[in-house]
Amino acid sequence: MKAVTWRGVNEVGVEDVPEPKILNDHDIILEVGLSVTCGSDLHLLGGYIPAMRAGDVLGHEFMGRVAEVGRAVTKHKVGDRVVVVSFIGCGLCWYCEQGLWSLCDNGNPNPGITETLWGQSIGGCFGYSHAMGGWAGSHAPYIRVPYADNGAFTIPDGVSDERALFASDAAPTGWTGADQAGIRAGDVVAVWGAGGVGQMAARKAMLMGAERVVVIDRFDNRLEQVRTHIGAETLHYEQVDVPAELREMSGGRGPDVCIEAVGMEAHSSGPQYLYDQVKQQMRLQSDRPTALREAIYACRKGGTVFALGVFGGVVDKFPMGAVMNKALTLRGAQQHGQRYVPEILDLMSRDEVRTEHLATHVMSLDDGPKGYRMFKEKEDGCVRAVFRPGG
Amino acid sequence: MTSPLGSVASLAAKVGGAVVGQVRSVLGQGGGAGAASAPASGWLAVSIYREPSELDATALPAPLAAYGDRIETRIRPAPGGKGSELAVRLTRGSSGKTSGPARLSGSDPNADLRSALRQAKQLIEVGEVLRVDPASHGKRNATPAGAVLEVATKRAPKGGVL
Repeated sequence: MKAVTWRGVNEVGVEDVPEPKILNDHDIILEVGLSVTCGSDLHLLGGYIPAMRAGDVLGHEFMGRVAEVGRAVTKHKVGDRVVVVSFIGCGLCWYCEQGLWSLCDNGNPNPGITETLWGQSIGGCFGYSHAMGGWAGSHAPYIRVPYADNGAFTIPDGVSDERALFASDAAPTGWTGADQAGIRAGDVVAVWGAGGVGQMAARKAMLMGAERVVVIDRFDNRLEQVRTHIGAETLHYEQVDVPAELREMSGGRGPDVCIEAVGMEAHSSGPQYLYDQVKQQMRLQSDRPTALREAIYACRKGGTVFALGVFGGVVDKFPMGAVMNKALTLRGAQQHGQRYVPEILDLMSRDEVRTEHLATHVMSLDDGPKGYRMFKEKEDGCVRAVFRPGG
Repeated sequence: MTSPLGSVASLAAKVGGAVVGQVRSVLGQGGGAGAASAPASGWLAVSIYREPSELDATALPAPLAAYGDRIETRIRPAPGGKGSELAVRLTRGSSGKTSGPARLSGSDPNADLRSALRQAKQLIEVGEVLRVDPASHGKRNATPAGAVLEVATKRAPKGGVL
């Protein structure tokens, strides 16, 4: 079958790969309906997470129809239309039981790599390098889904494929950040990054009763999407002093909760961007934490900063003094999607969560390299490039 | 990533820089070159989300049972409702003072036992050992970085800091 693959640093290919087979009793084989590019893929593409091999199938955000079920699968049957969470959770370890699904003890068959880097291994993720398990990705006609009773969710009849697709990753990641940051009614919440994840974090913050939600980015079309489809306020960081604006918007306090939905390749308009670029390219730091630094600086005393964008290694000039002296709570997480998808699908069925606008460019698998180029370079206002393996 | 600098950076450089740098940092925490972060006792331990009464040291899952009297086993309750702590160590052949690089790469004397312990945990918690291979993939290029990653991936189930 044809698949979109990582061929090398900044090189995406389309090539033939073997069709997946059921290997464990809890597996399903899914016929992929839609599979979408994600900002975190760009870290793989650029070699910033150096655990990809040429030929690895990309993609971790997807939906489709069940084509085959393993013997132990009880919740799904052939033909079911489902959306699948990007992280693979067994549902039976202590972490899954606590709702911390991305920390599953059993979902990553290559635990030695992340144990070495981070002290403990986290769960596996589709199409996200050999450090995260070496699982084949979803930019292909078929994908194997382990622990399918936990990770695959039947899509309500009234929810379109294009909407449900983002219940795989963007929405549950946003939900994870907002929920785990402990947003309370009346809070002022700032979100760095107006991509799919940032938009969804903002939406969840509003649903949790935040008084003001402000999303920060530099791309006009994305900020327009935030205002139009999410209903949050926006700041263009190349046009305003973000911490100053946030102070004014919060009566001088700073936001109660700051959610960073940018990750290791953050941009900025100041000299620190050049500094971080040079240090990253010289391998003196693996990640550029520009937005994270600003979130820590802007956050009110005693507030919470949540790192929702993907970081892989070490950062430089981390403002620990602000974290300690302002008594901040600093948290982070990959998505605990299995915990949030039922709520998200319910809200999608009631039109309270809308995501179709994120799918700005829909194309075939043959257009994989073009899709990633458009997504990376933000060509033609691309917010997300979506692949439809069925053509 | 979108800068000219980014476009000329090679994957090998990234592997050699970021990852090795982080590994060095991990090793450094063990107390200097060659120091291992392994406990001196030689015990390898996992927490299993099952009551101690559900675990039987005389009827361990096959990957550990295969060791017979070549391992010692210890089971005790995990505090805070986290289930049980299952620990094993070789009765001979390992002092627990494995070199750091060997331990991290899964080439130390405990490597197979580490993998067996992880498999036993999965068998008790889930009922099967999760398989990833054969995973669908395209053509593999014969590159130095790819070769390094292949070795690291092959050893990953036996490596780490467990």
